[in-house]
Amino acid sequence: MSHLLLAETAPIHAPSVAYSSLSPIFIVLGAALVGVLVEALVPRAERYAVQMVVTIGGLTAALVAVGLLHNTAETTVAGALAVDGAGLFIQGSVLVLSVMSVLLIAERSVDVGSAIVASAAVVVGSPTDRRLARTDRVQTEVFPLLLFAVAGMLIFPISNNLLLMFVALEVLSLPLYLMAGLSRRRRLLSQEAALKYFLLGAFASAFFLYGLALLYGYANSVDLPAILNASKASPKSDVLLYVGLALLLVGLLFKAGIAPFHSWTPDVYQGSPTPVTAFMSSCTKIAAFGAIMRVLYVGFNATAWNWRPIVWAVAIASMAVGGIFGLTQTDLKRVLAYSSIAHAGFILVGLVALDKDGIASVLFYVLTYGFSTMAAFGVLMLVRDADGEATHLAQWSGLARKSPFVAAVMTVLLLSMAGIPLTSGFIAKFYVFKAAFHVAAPLVVIALIFSAVAAFYYLRIVVLMFFAEPPENGPTIAIPGWSTAVALTFGMVVTVVLGIFPQPILDLAAKAATLVG
Amino acid sequence: MNTAHGIQSAAWLLVALPLFSAAVLLLAGKRADKWAHLVGAAVPVILFIYAVMLFFSVKAESKGNREINLHLYQWIVVGTFKVDAGFLIDPLSMVFVLLITGVGSLIHIYAVGYMAHDPGRRRFFGYFNFFIAVMLLLVLANNYLAMYVGWEGVGLASYLLISFYFDRPTAATAGNKAFFANRVGDVGLSIAIMVMFAYLGSTSYADVLFGNAKLTQGVAAAIGLMLLLAACGKSGQFPLQTWLPDAMEGPTPVSALIHAATMVTAGVYLIARSAPIFDVSQAARTAVVIVGAITLLYGCICAFGQDDLKRVLAYSTVSQIGYMFLAVGLGPGVYAIGIMHLVGHGFFKAALFLSSGSVMHAMNDRIDMRRFGGLWRVMPITYFVFVCGYLAIIGFPLATGFWTKDKIIEAALDKGGTSGWVLGICALAGAGLTAFYMTRALVMTFHGERRWEDDVHPHEAPSSMTLPMIVLGVASLVGGYLLVFGGGFQHWLEPSVGPSVEEGVHTVSPVVLTLLTLVVVALGALGAWVAFGRKPIPITQPVGVSPITTAARRNIYADAFNEAVLQRPGQWLSRALVYFDNRGVDGAVTGLAAGFGGGSARLKRSQTGFVRSYALSMLAGSVAVVAVLLAVRFQ
Amino acid sequence: MLAPYLPIVLLFGLAFAFAFFSVAIAPFTGPRRYNKAKLEFYECGIEPTPQPQGPNRFPIKYFLTAMLFIVFDIEIIFLYPYAVANKALGLFGLVEIVIFIVTVFVAYAYVWRRGGLDWD
Repeated sequence: MSHLLLAETAPIHAPSVAYSSLSPIFIVLGAALVGVLVEALVPRAERYAVQMVVTIGGLTAALVAVGLLHNTAETTVAGALAVDGAGLFIQGSVLVLSVMSVLLIAERSVDVGSAIVASAAVVVGSPTDRRLARTDRVQTEVFPLLLFAVAGMLIFPISNNLLLMFVALEVLSLPLYLMAGLSRRRRLLSQEAALKYFLLGAFASAFFLYGLALLYGYANSVDLPAILNASKASPKSDVLLYVGLALLLVGLLFKAGIAPFHSWTPDVYQGSPTPVTAFMSSCTKIAAFGAIMRVLYVGFNATAWNWRPIVWAVAIASMAVGGIFGLTQTDLKRVLAYSSIAHAGFILVGLVALDKDGIASVLFYVLTYGFSTMAAFGVLMLVRDADGEATHLAQWSGLARKSPFVAAVMTVLLLSMAGIPLTSGFIAKFYVFKAAFHVAAPLVVIALIFSAVAAFYYLRIVVLMFFAEPPENGPTIAIPGWSTAVALTFGMVVTVVLGIFPQPILDLAAKAATLVG
Repeated sequence: MNTAHGIQSAAWLLVALPLFSAAVLLLAGKRADKWAHLVGAAVPVILFIYAVMLFFSVKAESKGNREINLHLYQWIVVGTFKVDAGFLIDPLSMVFVLLITGVGSLIHIYAVGYMAHDPGRRRFFGYFNFFIAVMLLLVLANNYLAMYVGWEGVGLASYLLISFYFDRPTAATAGNKAFFANRVGDVGLSIAIMVMFAYLGSTSYADVLFGNAKLTQGVAAAIGLMLLLAACGKSGQFPLQTWLPDAMEGPTPVSALIHAATMVTAGVYLIARSAPIFDVSQAARTAVVIVGAITLLYGCICAFGQDDLKRVLAYSTVSQIGYMFLAVGLGPGVYAIGIMHLVGHGFFKAALFLSSGSVMHAMNDRIDMRRFGGLWRVMPITYFVFVCGYLAIIGFPLATGFWTKDKIIEAALDKGGTSGWVLGICALAGAGLTAFYMTRALVMTFHGERRWEDDVHPHEAPSSMTLPMIVLGVASLVGGYLLVFGGGFQHWLEPSVGPSVEEGVHTVSPVVLTLLTLVVVALGALGAWVAFGRKPIPITQPVGVSPITTAARRNIYADAFNEAVLQRPGQWLSRALVYFDNRGVDGAVTGLAAGFGGGSARLKRSQTGFVRSYALSMLAGSVAVVAVLLAVRFQ
Repeated sequence: MLAPYLPIVLLFGLAFAFAFFSVAIAPFTGPRRYNKAKLEFYECGIEPTPQPQGPNRFPIKYFLTAMLFIVFDIEIIFLYPYAVANKALGLFGLVEIVIFIVTVFVAYAYVWRRGGLDWD
């Protein structure tokens, strides 16, 4: 009986931490802390500039660190974190795209101040609120918040330990909930989006946590390799394993915005400040797919026959929801939200392959998709009317008459999302389909059909921009400042170049396609 | 396979130059309005001159060396899988390059006059040049994936150009219809490419077509049928034919170039190019023949129920491409005849469309034949060109159709057996019906009394329009003879599609068959003359006509079928789904989203964006995920 | 096999019985003297802000303070086990806990400078 009353005191071994391999994470977290101190100590007038330097500097330094680590393949912190090719590729993608979203957030010439609210906690519509809306004051906390979220996104896809993965999930989610509510225009919509995202996100986290607990009950461990071993060897009932996996997946699929866990996406994308939406739709999705890939490939490789059908099902559901509902949307941000749901379905098709080609194709897809969608949201920021961004489709009709250049950029991005050849989107789709074809030919055929359907609503917008008559007192095209111009040009150039010369990134993705168990 | 050298290495300019000019024209903005059409028209002419030089350079090679590969760079390399970006210059692609640039130049010049008063002329020429670029890419690519790039590109160009007159709702609907039919075809092509990749490990013509040791019967059938689906979508063949007549909503030069002379024949090109695949699979080839035979009759029958001149010509295109499908489906030896008809058709159909465009131009954009009549007096040149095209299409002795179409009928009969007789008789009947509906169109448009409305003052078109028309008219008269002269065309194509049939055993002697065909054609023409030429034509469509006429007017119920079987269920499905997931939808732009998005406007606000319902849907999803996983595990 | 768990079951039973007994007996034995304070929300010492309609609310500053309390509370919770395992963890543990304290200190600095600790 004594062993019940006295906890066994096993000797504690400090885990070995490969600090250099984790340096990108430390750099970003460090920059975030510096950002918080800047908020505390630097006078308001200088905060904006200082935050920009800290944020972009931190992200760039982390990116350089990822680049230096490119040959790493090891597990560290007692096997809880795996720094490997796929993880680093995802980290690199997240970092590049987050720099671009910082550049979008930093845009101060198209709207007074920026797309970010002056003071988030002021009651909407109060005299203070109205007064602040006209000043160029900005809630600069958005920068450290973004850095914290990025740090979560860097840990999320390299966690081989589910508990750590959960912590990363929360670290990346909590700042995002706040950031969703920071829109300068349409404040109520933005706050509603934040609250919705928070409630549903908490709901999804609970699922994840529950699944984690059940898996622990099954495998006596929350390490993915240990779960894999248990599932290979164990003669005991595997109900816990599958129920646990299912609930775990719910949490992950929610973050990646995959149907039927997508319902938050349109509302949140619409309400959030556009640069934050760009950040969420690219970086969050990439990180979430990194995590899904790791869970399925490292932890559940042996049980693939049992979970493949569910991945098929949610992939089809996602493509259908994204493809069909996207058609009926009239708000461009919602259209892009449904587009992101459809794309998540296509990425899942690549995941089904369960081999190196599958990993590489998913890596390539998330990267190209990230650039296209980031730039598309960037374009959205430029088309404005008196109320801020003009996102209603009717306002975009005849845009090519006003600004052939903006319309042409948007067209290229939409064609890429539609998977039309000579854009990165085509190569990406081709690659995932190719990877999955030998194991899941019917799924690929379905995906091809849905990509045909989805192409319709992208091209519908193209036709609208080039052929329809511009509306009376339509929107104006803002001239972007340097930061938006840089981000837009970069996203656009990558989209085109990866369509015509995809080879370097294809090679990189193929080389990175390793997951250390 | 040779590598390109000398002038051949510059073949990439064929795609790059029009692409560049398209970008310039589209992005230049209003200040380019003054000179845009000149640049736009000059580009295909330059390309044509280059193509002729290229042709002679290829011709100068010895016969075995006429397949020239122009490697540009490696496009995609994934593991052992490689896709090169490169061109294949061979006799087959040269034929298409010459046709596209030659007829393309003439139609561009015509469009300068035709679009003179259109505010969107600069844009029009931008898209037109873009079309030339992607069409040339389609025929020049040296692998299926790169061809797919061109294939998607021409679909895009066609979609954009059909919707050119965006202010007409019919144009928008027609654009959507074309888009859906083409996408069905595109899915076919992409599946074919996937199968090629999965079973043959490559998509290059060199590996798939000529290294076909691994090409088993089943794989060839799968690829062949999928390629056929793609071809049907692009070429307006049964069962995907309904979009082509609607596509006539675009400007007439578009109908002439894209929806008659070049793009819609891409399906024929695809099948001829993939000849080795169809040679392996008898099943796939039979399917091609059946599609061709059905479509050629379908097109003929629909054509005589139409009162819209351009729609008559559109159905005639559907039917003539049916002939080409029939020919390329008949297999080795007949491919060249199919391509020959394609080239001849390119001439005479362009001539017919351009002259009908000239008529439209003269009649204040009216296109109802019941409102024409007696135009030959006021528009002699247009009349002359139309008659040239007319003689060519019905197969009047020594005109183009006489040489090319008769050979297809002959080849069909020579297939032998019952199937040969059935196909031969179909083709023969088609010839008679063609004569019937074309005579009807000719009579109703140019002969008889004037039935114009009072505000119409027809006049001959300006010379920028009439000159290209005359060139095409003359080409459609004599072009066929030039093609068959000494079997030169068929010999030219031999390296690409194999040797032609040996002259020898015929089911019916060629002389007898020719006479028989002429009798059938004469009967058809005479029948139409009796029915429409001798009595006045009512200005409105007569009612109480025979069931065949009613069916023909309604496209043999193809649209009704599509609506009942595809569109309605699609709308119901989307309404049902939208019911669960529809917030912030309003009706402003749903007009554009006909088809899938049809009825969503009525359902706006049916879903309120409540978090609780979102959470409920998530919960339901979670239960489903758990249930499915357990079901799979313990099935 | 389950014998070692018996005392725990007994403890559960005892705890439940005590709770039930206290609640059940109170109405019979306790004095009943009502005043205003007894009818207020039980939150030590904070006056609720009156609202025109619905239940009265605590001021938002109250929650801010509560959250700050939780942050520092958790810091303490982390410090306790570290203190217990201090020797076993050695230098590694020391470095980690210092980083942790610095991090929380940064948050403290932010709250302090941005006026989170000022009541008015």
